[in-house]
Amino acid sequence: MSAATTWTAASIQTALRAKKVSAREIATEFYANIDRRNPDINAYLTLSRERAFAQADRVDVATACGEKLGPLAGVPIAVKDVISTAGVRTTCGSKILESYVPPYDATAVSRLEKAGAVILGKTNCDEFAMGSSNENSAYGPVRNPVAMDRVPGGSSGGSAAAVAAGLAVAALGTDTGGSIRQPGACCGVPAMMPTYGRVSRYGLIAFASSLDRIGPFATNVADTAAVMSVIAGHDENDATSAAVPAPDYAAGIEQAIQGLRIGVPEEYFGEGIDSQVKEKVLAGIALLEKLGCKRVSLKMPHTEYAIATYYIVATAEASSNLARYDGVRYGLRVPGATLIDMYRKTRERGFGAEVKRRLMLGTYALSSGYYDAYYLRAQKVRALIARDFTEAFQKVDAIVTPTAPTPAFKLGEKTSDPLQMYLADIYTVTGSLAGIPGISVPCGITKEKLPIGMQILGPHFSEARILQLARAFEKAGGFTI
Amino acid sequence: MTISPEDVLRVAELAQLELTPEEAELYRGQLDEILNYIGKLQKLDVTNVEPMTQMSFNSAEAPASSSASPREAEPDLREDKLRPCNIADAVLEQAPDAAKPFFRVPKVIER
Repeated sequence: MSAATTWTAASIQTALRAKKVSAREIATEFYANIDRRNPDINAYLTLSRERAFAQADRVDVATACGEKLGPLAGVPIAVKDVISTAGVRTTCGSKILESYVPPYDATAVSRLEKAGAVILGKTNCDEFAMGSSNENSAYGPVRNPVAMDRVPGGSSGGSAAAVAAGLAVAALGTDTGGSIRQPGACCGVPAMMPTYGRVSRYGLIAFASSLDRIGPFATNVADTAAVMSVIAGHDENDATSAAVPAPDYAAGIEQAIQGLRIGVPEEYFGEGIDSQVKEKVLAGIALLEKLGCKRVSLKMPHTEYAIATYYIVATAEASSNLARYDGVRYGLRVPGATLIDMYRKTRERGFGAEVKRRLMLGTYALSSGYYDAYYLRAQKVRALIARDFTEAFQKVDAIVTPTAPTPAFKLGEKTSDPLQMYLADIYTVTGSLAGIPGISVPCGITKEKLPIGMQILGPHFSEARILQLARAFEKAGGFTI
Repeated sequence: MTISPEDVLRVAELAQLELTPEEAELYRGQLDEILNYIGKLQKLDVTNVEPMTQMSFNSAEAPASSSASPREAEPDLREDKLRPCNIADAVLEQAPDAAKPFFRVPKVIER
């Protein structure tokens, strides 16, 4: 019941240039599909038709005038609702920002539009990107288009579902502990978390500032690379963005992978992994070997501490970042007798259960008497986890693991047990803490026809190589939805 | 029990959350379970480990860009110069209660 679109960024470029189709016709086709299927899937929260058609018309005028088109001309793209869009409501999946309309565009969004992309709308997500199932959205859960009784993963569940259901050619998501890669795995589409600092976060509404990253979903690896080529690069509006030149990922995508050393850490195949996930990921590694890669067994001893570390660091940063929602400058205000009363009533009504839980945890970890035992210790363990990767990358060019321990679970299955939900990120939080890039690529399906994702991690700024590995794997395996 | 009902109320106050008694009890149990899990960090020896407080990269540190010169390894800060920033109206448009050019809030100073 999935049916991803047959359009790709590349096929749209060819069709537009041959004048076989117009950008307006493509946008119209996508909105027709959204109108038909979104009521069931709930991938989109807000549609930006006016802005999308204005952009499509600009592309069509440029085509008619024989002007040079951008690399993503006419490509319909969805944007996660934690990324600011000027004049288009941006809710973060929260009631506290239900009617918030940003006055400016995120750099990633303006770069996409400059490249000719058509922004269709804003996608559903866990509130403030906090969750692994999209069930923490204040606007209802997203259904996995591959299996409608299951979650699409989270927190970028709407972006993953939109691409998997053919309601966008590509999408932007954000990844703090796995929020791009894990929904990519659950919905069966490639999904990339770039290196920390590789893509500007100007206009991204912050969750955990030392972890948050923006990255793409697409129906294939070449399109993932095409979006990366557009959004990557330094931005003077984001002091954490790296002044490191970004290569043309799309152009280098077919480069050979023979001789690359692939690390396989034993800690990612132990207790808690679903047997079918393990089997398919190991088969995926065998396929990479067949393609000429050399397998190297690794030990990464601090892996088991990653979830604990992540939930201290991320919640501590969130407790600081979300202090801004107080009813004063934007978003919801619930009147109160005093200023403090207004803050508390606003936050009580505006935030959902998971956000409050994490604000409580983060505040606790930072509070007097607990700071050293929790926050400072977590930052030290984070350094040890990062060191595991630094040492591993002296021996290997990339590391291959499962993306998530299980396929997509049923809606409602884990909502009453926050800790079990957190463990869905067990294989993704490590790369988040280390600041390295990673991609999830489909590597097969279970007997129940649920997608399985394989994660490829690499050293800082090695996106080009990771994409080449993913592309070679995709081409050889044919694991598309 | 790692976290007491009093701890929960104190933390809620610090986080500016006004919890209902039901929420306070639910969170106490859940936070207790999460903190017990997180307690595994205490098992590790972190003597002499520097905390990882932030991440920043510049051209010299980037293995993927061989063209980077050492000069580019200076901190990636932009030039400190004034630029027009005429956004007050757009920002105040979003305010729940604005009396331009101010945000209006309940009175905080007693006379």
